[in-house]
Amino acid sequence: MFAVLALVVGVVLGAIFEPSVPLALQPYLPIAVVAALDAVFGGIRAKLDGIFDDKQFVVSFVSNVLVAALIVFLGDKLGVGSQLSTGVVVVLGVRIFGNVAGIRRRLFRA
Amino acid sequence: MTHQDTGVGWPEEHHPAKPEPSPEPSPQPEPLSEPSAEPVEWDVDAAGDAAGDAEPALEKAAPAPHRQRRISVAGAAIGLLLVLLGFAFVVQLRSRASDEQQLSSARPEDLVRILSDLDARKDRLSQEISQLQTTQQQLAAGSQGRQAALDAAAKRARDLGILAGTLPAQGPGIQVQFLPGGQGLKSAVILDAVQELRDAGAEALELDGGNGTTVRIVASSWFVDAGGGGLEVDGQLLTGQYALTAIGDPQTMRTALNIPGGVVDRVHNAGGNVIVNEPGTVRVTALHQAGTPHYARPAG
Repeated sequence: MFAVLALVVGVVLGAIFEPSVPLALQPYLPIAVVAALDAVFGGIRAKLDGIFDDKQFVVSFVSNVLVAALIVFLGDKLGVGSQLSTGVVVVLGVRIFGNVAGIRRRLFRA
Repeated sequence: MTHQDTGVGWPEEHHPAKPEPSPEPSPQPEPLSEPSAEPVEWDVDAAGDAAGDAEPALEKAAPAPHRQRRISVAGAAIGLLLVLLGFAFVVQLRSRASDEQQLSSARPEDLVRILSDLDARKDRLSQEISQLQTTQQQLAAGSQGRQAALDAAAKRARDLGILAGTLPAQGPGIQVQFLPGGQGLKSAVILDAVQELRDAGAEALELDGGNGTTVRIVASSWFVDAGGGGLEVDGQLLTGQYALTAIGDPQTMRTALNIPGGVVDRVHNAGGNVIVNEPGTVRVTALHQAGTPHYARPAG
């Protein structure tokens, strides 16, 4: 409940302020959002499994975002930015699907 | 694979982490005791599924101030992160919504493709523009030519109308009044006057009778002495004092009328008088009804 509330607060803040993304951050923001989503789904699954840990969630959230951004940054520097960001999105998507599958098994036993 | 996906970023630790209560002894299995109803329900499920008998005991055993601290630190961090996530999510959605942002975040190769598309489109549009401009010039030239032809034809029609007596005219000219003597004026005198004025360059002529009848004098006009002392011109009867109105050079026409043995002399000899006025601008408003020629047709 508290987490959902925080998420809603963030959405409302973003909707109210409507900031424009700085140019330097534009390639990284979508990847960072996907990485954070992966961390959130992982956290939900861990919560359902009863193994949720605050510190691990925070650390994994931050490190996921940073590593994803770093990979995209390196890719841009190496000239394979679009391919690497596609790869990162694919990997994170696979992880999100896995986590969602775990949540689904936990919730519906199917 | 499955055990890797279980945790967020800590695939290996979660199995040992669960039973081991060492670093933070109190709330290790269920650190966030959230006040909401939903997670509790699922926690019951989870407890039934995996060995969760110890969890409620551990949670109850946790000292209250310690739990408060954990929530204040880690919970605040989680809340902050989630607020950030929602914020970034919405911002990213918004930025994708606008076209310029989409362009500025596009990759160079996409930009090159878009640019070449735009170039091709620009070329096509320039071709269309030049074609349309050519067409427009042609149409304008055509309409200009047609307008010029129309203007010239209208001017010609006006000139011819004045010459043929079908249009009213005004301009510098003279008015000649004939005061008949005892024996009246013969039609020949009027005809002489008309011929003299024509020779002197009169362009439009009309003859007013004292009875209010006005006749435009044209090339085909004819003059006949009527039975009752009047004058018949083009089939209309004029009586009383006649007045000729002529448009042309006043000086030349006056001189032409006054030459020795001319019109004025002849009227004087017959006991009458001629008064020549130069009112400046005269108007010739009587019209001649031009008929369609029966036999003559335009040649060539």
